[in-house]
Amino acid sequence: MALTGIQIYKLLPASSKDPEVKKHGNCKECGFPTCLAFAMKLGQKQAELSQCPYVEEEAKVQLEASAAPPIRLITLSANGHKLEVGNETALFRHEKTFYHQPGLFVRIKDSQPDAVEVAKSVADYAVDYVGIDLTLDGLVIESAGGDFAATVAAVKEAGSLPLILMAEDPATAEAGLKAAQGTESLLWAATPDNWEAMAKLAAQYKAPLTVRVDDGDLNALAALAEQVAGAGVENIVLDPGVRDYSRSLTTFTQLRRLALKKNERTVGYPLIAFAGDDPILAGQHIAKYAGFVVLDKFSPGMVYPLLVMRANIFTDPQKPIQVQPGLYEINDPKPADPLMVTTNFSITYFAVANEVESSGLPGWLLVADAEGMSVLTAWAAGKFDAERIAKSVKENGLGEKLNHQRLVIPGHVAVLMGELEEELPGWEINVGPREAVDLPNYLKTMWG
Amino acid sequence: MPVIEIPTEKWSGKVREITLGATTAEGGTRTKTVTIGGETTLPFLHFEGNIPHPPVIAVEVRDRAPADWSSILTQAWSGASEDVVAWTQAAEACGADLILLQFSLHNSLNADYARKIFRQVLEATGLPLIVFGPGQAEQDNEILVAIAEEGKGENLVLGVCEDKNYRTIVAAALGHGHMVNARCPMDVNLSKQLNILINDMGLPLERIVMDPTTGALGYGIEYGYSVMERLRLAALQGDSMTQQPMLVTPGEEAWRTKEARTGDGLPEAWGEWEERAINWETLTASTLLESGADVVVLRHPESVKRVRAMIDTLMNGN
Repeated sequence: MALTGIQIYKLLPASSKDPEVKKHGNCKECGFPTCLAFAMKLGQKQAELSQCPYVEEEAKVQLEASAAPPIRLITLSANGHKLEVGNETALFRHEKTFYHQPGLFVRIKDSQPDAVEVAKSVADYAVDYVGIDLTLDGLVIESAGGDFAATVAAVKEAGSLPLILMAEDPATAEAGLKAAQGTESLLWAATPDNWEAMAKLAAQYKAPLTVRVDDGDLNALAALAEQVAGAGVENIVLDPGVRDYSRSLTTFTQLRRLALKKNERTVGYPLIAFAGDDPILAGQHIAKYAGFVVLDKFSPGMVYPLLVMRANIFTDPQKPIQVQPGLYEINDPKPADPLMVTTNFSITYFAVANEVESSGLPGWLLVADAEGMSVLTAWAAGKFDAERIAKSVKENGLGEKLNHQRLVIPGHVAVLMGELEEELPGWEINVGPREAVDLPNYLKTMWG
Repeated sequence: MPVIEIPTEKWSGKVREITLGATTAEGGTRTKTVTIGGETTLPFLHFEGNIPHPPVIAVEVRDRAPADWSSILTQAWSGASEDVVAWTQAAEACGADLILLQFSLHNSLNADYARKIFRQVLEATGLPLIVFGPGQAEQDNEILVAIAEEGKGENLVLGVCEDKNYRTIVAAALGHGHMVNARCPMDVNLSKQLNILINDMGLPLERIVMDPTTGALGYGIEYGYSVMERLRLAALQGDSMTQQPMLVTPGEEAWRTKEARTGDGLPEAWGEWEERAINWETLTASTLLESGADVVVLRHPESVKRVRAMIDTLMNGN
């Protein structure tokens, strides 16, 4: 946890017990009038510690440690695919945001005859959601009596996603790490029984290492993580060994709180969760604090909703999802069907598109670039005015798709009608309902 | 070996406990009542507070067969959705805690018709009832006033109260001893304000269920999710006007989406229709349960089963 200005001040030369250091107190060489002023700027992250030439070594270590994120950032990569997890600073997304989406991984066994096929379909999977390509993040390869190294090599060859190597026997793990060379793969797992050998491998192959205990024993987990860190492994992932809903929620919440609120460094790492083939449990792990979520099944009808849920929960509350501006077709519209305009705030777009779509009526929906604001907000901010709407009409080649020049505008911006008729000569501007829910009825009665 | 001290929050507030329905001994005809609320901690965090009642599942039944529902849904009820009595019985059999009778908007909708349908549902089940009008002020007021009278003593939840139309419904609840569902569009302050307005009419806070509204997965769920987390945190911190139990309608929201409704002409990446549709509803519901829902209203019987299993394991854990 970051130190306050006063806490930092106690580590600077003006507060030093060593007279040789203290004589440099308030020397101004950092560019600030006093050590206290400098400390305050450091606390606000508006200054760098390196600006002080006299700071003591021990103070430096403490200050640098305090600047480190409470949950370490872990990076996995393979063939250009990179996944970063950790570095979170909030318990609830509304406090700030959640920064790094948990990696969604699919587990395959080295004994599974179709391992490579599954790996291929996982790697090739992509689904479009509001113009964003959502994809899975990697594969877990579990040692289960097959040829581990050969499977790792084949999977690495087949797809380009990061890997998690699941083997607790150090010799098997090493064979897997060798086969995975060229990737940054996560090794699972160091336990109280094998940790020395596993830590050595992790250090040698520069692989992040999972630390695993049984039954959510957080003391054992912290102790083991400390031992592994002491053996030179910096990049650690925690597996507290809980697999059910209730204990997962409890344990993961406690670990997130320990890292953020108690600044408990020994557990300041991302967590790995195993959801089996249960999408609801996977959903809980996405919302409640996992860094990696492992699924035992790959099925588009399950991963599509999970990927959407993850995208939703990890949306920055300050920056709402925007829809790509442009012309959207609803229910296969014909050239004579109605044309409506709205803004590119995703919820606004969905409200309108959903109402029209579920009514079964065909229509053209023109989405204007209003910088992701809703109709009223955008209008008030000047981002959804006659000029912008007219620009949108002109830019989207409506003449090629429609055989009419009639545009329905949201009822909330009825005042734009006159201006729009000036901006768009030859167009008939209709004022639609204020709320999307009234659109189907409006279209049925007013358009014909 | 380091000893980890588990950080626990000391909450001062508590969600209000509300009992739905009334048995014969209590002046109604229900075979059981359902109590919700009473939490002194965040959802399912048993280690730092009490969760005296599990969240419950209401199943939505309609007064007449819905013409615009996905065929996945109508098939799942195998014909029962054609008849409100059969549907109510099937909903109870599939594990509902509550029945939500949702009236549709149509020409036969009037007070007498509503009384008749309500009476049929009341006799078809022993579960407590929630009754929602079609969402048009005029019709809502007409039928809910009639049902409040018809169901006197049953301790119903009447809805939907919104800021633009709540007075008549609240008055009906006041007059006949019922509760109301207070719905606001995903906003903490508007929710508090509506609770205050309803309370100012004389309806005790113990008789208001709060509905912060939600979006389905992919359609704004993150707004509902965060508003519910904020409302629940405020409730636990002692803000009285946020301490109502929360009801949300993930079934309705999820089954409005293209992902759940549509089976043809979709990208292969969307997967198998029924699997996707049920996951859409269950994930919407489970996400809202994790953020504080006390009542989720569902539509598909398989979703009821899966959400029930989730609630059971989260309640029976350590």
